[in-house]
Amino acid sequence: MSALGSAPRPALETAAMVRAGELSAVEVLEHHLATIEAHEDDVRAFTLVTPDEARTQARAVDAAVAKGEDPGPLAGVPIALKDNLCTRGLPTTCSSRILDGWRPPYDATVVTRLAAAGAVSVGKTNMDEFAMGSSTETSAIGPTRNPHDLTRVPGGSSGGSAAAVAAGFAPLALGSDTGGSIRQPAALCGVVGLKPTYGTVSRYGLVAFASSLDQIGPFAGTVADAALLFDVIGGHDPLDSTSLNRPTPRVLSVLDEGVDGMTIGVLAEYLDGVDPDVAARVHQAAEALAAAGARIEEISVPEVALGLSAYYLIAPGEASSNLARYDGVRYGLRVDAEDTAGMNTATRSAGFGAEVKRRIMLGTYVLSAGYMDAYYNQALKVRTKIIEGFDRAYAQCDLLLGPTTPTTAFALGAKTEDPLTMYLSDVCTIPTNLAGHPAISVPFGTGDDGLPIGVQLLGPALAEGDLLRGAAVVEAAAPPMAPPALTASLRGGSQENREGVS
Amino acid sequence: MSTEWTMVIGLEVHCELKTATKLFCGCPNAFGDEPNTNVCPNCLGLPGSLPVLNQRAVELAMAIGTALHCDIRPSTFHRKNYFYPDQAKDYQISQYDEPLNVDGYLDLPDGFRVGIERAHMEEDTGKTTHAGSSGRIHGADYSLVDYNRSGVPLVEIVSAPDIRTSDQARAYVTELRAVLVASGASDGKMEEGSMRVDANVSVRRGADAPFGTRCEIKNLNSVRSLGRAIEYEAQRQITLIESGESVVQQTRHWDESAGRTSALRSKEDAYDYRYFLEPDLVPLVPDAEWIQAVSDTLGMMPAERRARLAQLLTEAGGPSEAQVDQITTVVDLGLDDLVVEAVAAGVGTALALARTANEAATDAEAARVLDPKAYAELLTLEAQGSLSATQAKAVLADLLAAGGGDPAAIARDKGFEAMSEDSLAATVAEAVQTNPDEWSRFCEGDDKLAGFFTGLVMKATKGQANGKAVAAELRRLRG
Amino acid sequence: MAEPARLTREDVAHVASLARLALSDDELDTFTWQLAEVLDHAADVSSLDLDGVAPTAHAMAVTNVMRLDEPQVCLDRDEVLAAAPDVEDYRFKVPRILGEAP
Repeated sequence: MSALGSAPRPALETAAMVRAGELSAVEVLEHHLATIEAHEDDVRAFTLVTPDEARTQARAVDAAVAKGEDPGPLAGVPIALKDNLCTRGLPTTCSSRILDGWRPPYDATVVTRLAAAGAVSVGKTNMDEFAMGSSTETSAIGPTRNPHDLTRVPGGSSGGSAAAVAAGFAPLALGSDTGGSIRQPAALCGVVGLKPTYGTVSRYGLVAFASSLDQIGPFAGTVADAALLFDVIGGHDPLDSTSLNRPTPRVLSVLDEGVDGMTIGVLAEYLDGVDPDVAARVHQAAEALAAAGARIEEISVPEVALGLSAYYLIAPGEASSNLARYDGVRYGLRVDAEDTAGMNTATRSAGFGAEVKRRIMLGTYVLSAGYMDAYYNQALKVRTKIIEGFDRAYAQCDLLLGPTTPTTAFALGAKTEDPLTMYLSDVCTIPTNLAGHPAISVPFGTGDDGLPIGVQLLGPALAEGDLLRGAAVVEAAAPPMAPPALTASLRGGSQENREGVS
Repeated sequence: MSTEWTMVIGLEVHCELKTATKLFCGCPNAFGDEPNTNVCPNCLGLPGSLPVLNQRAVELAMAIGTALHCDIRPSTFHRKNYFYPDQAKDYQISQYDEPLNVDGYLDLPDGFRVGIERAHMEEDTGKTTHAGSSGRIHGADYSLVDYNRSGVPLVEIVSAPDIRTSDQARAYVTELRAVLVASGASDGKMEEGSMRVDANVSVRRGADAPFGTRCEIKNLNSVRSLGRAIEYEAQRQITLIESGESVVQQTRHWDESAGRTSALRSKEDAYDYRYFLEPDLVPLVPDAEWIQAVSDTLGMMPAERRARLAQLLTEAGGPSEAQVDQITTVVDLGLDDLVVEAVAAGVGTALALARTANEAATDAEAARVLDPKAYAELLTLEAQGSLSATQAKAVLADLLAAGGGDPAAIARDKGFEAMSEDSLAATVAEAVQTNPDEWSRFCEGDDKLAGFFTGLVMKATKGQANGKAVAAELRRLRG
Repeated sequence: MAEPARLTREDVAHVASLARLALSDDELDTFTWQLAEVLDHAADVSSLDLDGVAPTAHAMAVTNVMRLDEPQVCLDRDEVLAAAPDVEDYRFKVPRILGEAP
């Protein structure tokens, strides 16, 4: 039924069959590699595809099964990794020229956990440079295209991961979400994207953008697959001081418990100014939740309106410091100059793209003497107000509901000239990051343009269980959505840009 | 220096903590290893790396705070942002406006009290070597960076501007060093850079005038250069003011060979460090129980150790001026336990103190790990007259080299059998018979000649005879 | 809170130098209006009266996260230095440095 040859099999089913010896991991992998081969030139989801390494992993999974061992809950499931996750010996570029040629000498904790669970990594996915962007257009190798319409953006910054799942390149992918970078592309590409509670998934080996906001999370075709992946990657890690040392919610086992008796608030501020077709889908999802036994209330959290401004002071502030280390001394790009300061400047000026420079300068400015109190410290206080606002809401209800994005996927190039309009596409996702809370985007039909719409469920800290139960109900009631056609291929494009990052 | 001028001095001391690993990663905290061997993603500032705080480093920092009578408080870490190649992340993690230890003091041996404003934790940088003829940063063709030291735990101890003379400054650093060693926090080795001192110096007319403009002096690598640099800098400032110019707030570099300071940068170049809370670390909140536990493990501080030795001498008539110096020496070197244990084993306090300050102190590093029982046995043999002072020194050298041993056995191996009383008596008798004139005068009461006869006996026995036994035999013959 | 003065071209040039970025005149112009636009939007935050509100730097309140003082395996030096743009004598080589650390 799909343009990709055969219906994608959910990860949960693949893993069960591989563990039972009914399906070989190599067979599963080859199917997905063939899909990548067929459509990657159109979608451009990857910075790097690693078929050889993947085949080695898949053969190891099959060998384990043959020996009667259990390769783990993700046995033989292909997965795509956002290119800001360190992979030992494999290029990790953050889609930036400045990390050209860098191969990390270590694996991120999530990468280690995936391997231990039997997953098979097929490659590294394209992203906005250093995760700074909402369309994957700031990538040094050029944009990823939305598999549902190749003239549109896939969203960002984890656009490559979202597109890879939507295009059937892998049933699962990992992304990172600092201000919506998992949920927004998931919504625009018609897949499930979960931003977990801050501290539930280790950041060790995630190249930092804004450390107090960054969180790794799953992309999947189904809510159950997202739950499966979250259960594998979550849990305390002593290598990350901000990793929570308390039981992480296990979500797969509670998925079908429904929402009967829950109170779910429709967040009024998130419906302000969104496209009418998007708002209509949110109300339709609310009806589905009500039909499943949830009490629906309208809730107002006025503080979230301040989120965007606070975020664009806090995140660049942290980023300006996190990205100082790209100085041409120890790794990555170096552009030579007479003296070290000149070399630093030449390297950074050549290595970073415009959006990264913009945010580094914004962050440097808001942290600098004389402006720190008016901007950065003031934004940290707003963060407190936003948390208080959410606390008030969660005293009344278990979950909140709203759109993930104000619109469906916009055209490539539509917002690249004016940064502020681009930033506004994250208005519904940012407050969650400031609060450290979890939220999930679930595909829920299409808009007037036929493109995917995502609805977002938000919960308080560590409420992933409730969140996934709600998401399962929404998913079950979702209007049908055609699979990506991948027909409107834009040949030619900016082919030469693809050589930019090796 | 004209008498009306007085100095105001504040000292900032950086001390490397004696941990097994670095402040934020598990790389060894070691000096002198092959370059770039003690490194990991964290201390190299690799993308994706994260810091995790070393508990032992925190406890040593708390021990310093306790020893300096500070309030130990909830604290946080900040990032101090600046580009420099020895700074792997291009920011330093340091405690900024909420340091672990605040508001303490250090009493100098003469009783003068210096306030401690704060003692906070931070990470060290890597080490840069400058290639070129000068070996210094200026005129170098290029530089080389080794990150082994990157992330080594430091505590920066900031004194109040209470110090008034270069002697006090030297006494402060000497005493602080002894406190750091006694608390187990640091080895206090200035020569290896594990203790580094910056001095803030200003001058004013009289003792009550407002503080003058200060300069910060860097690159002070010994207590001696600290004293010299302060004297030079104060005189430089006085000369400036007396010639009608004013002091510019500056950071200045001490050139040990030239004996002068020179400007590094002025206040106008003050760098904008953009301090902000380190988001990769969480607040450090020591509770009362933890603070108490650290305090309970803290050994005796130098002041207490000096008092303990002085007390032992009080029982024997009180310390002489020379003995006060000996006490300071053994406590500064961490050798006072040797004295106390020897005294407990029955050795006289004066002998134990003198031998420790004069002999054991020559190899303090070995003496600190010497078996105290063996040391006490050695001093007992000497006190009993079984070994001469010369023989005892030779045995001590062997004990220090081996870290312990049986002093009697070592003495035997060296052929230091105590002379039998008969053979001693025979030697003394021969000296008397061959020098009848001197013997008569000695018998008539010229006691100075005892030294003459002792010398002859020592010469005849090649120093093997015990001086006290010789004197006793001479007195016996005189009757 | 008093609103800070509007961002100028000179501010952007100063910040670029602090951040070790070299900008062309055109870039300077573009960045100046773009950053000013973002900061103008942030006026809703900078103009709020938030006296007495505690700042939140960490969303999750966690304290005293530490590790034991136990050595871990270090990276292989050859692998570390292989990533470096320039190396001499097992050290990272950089062009001359014009001043002491600030």
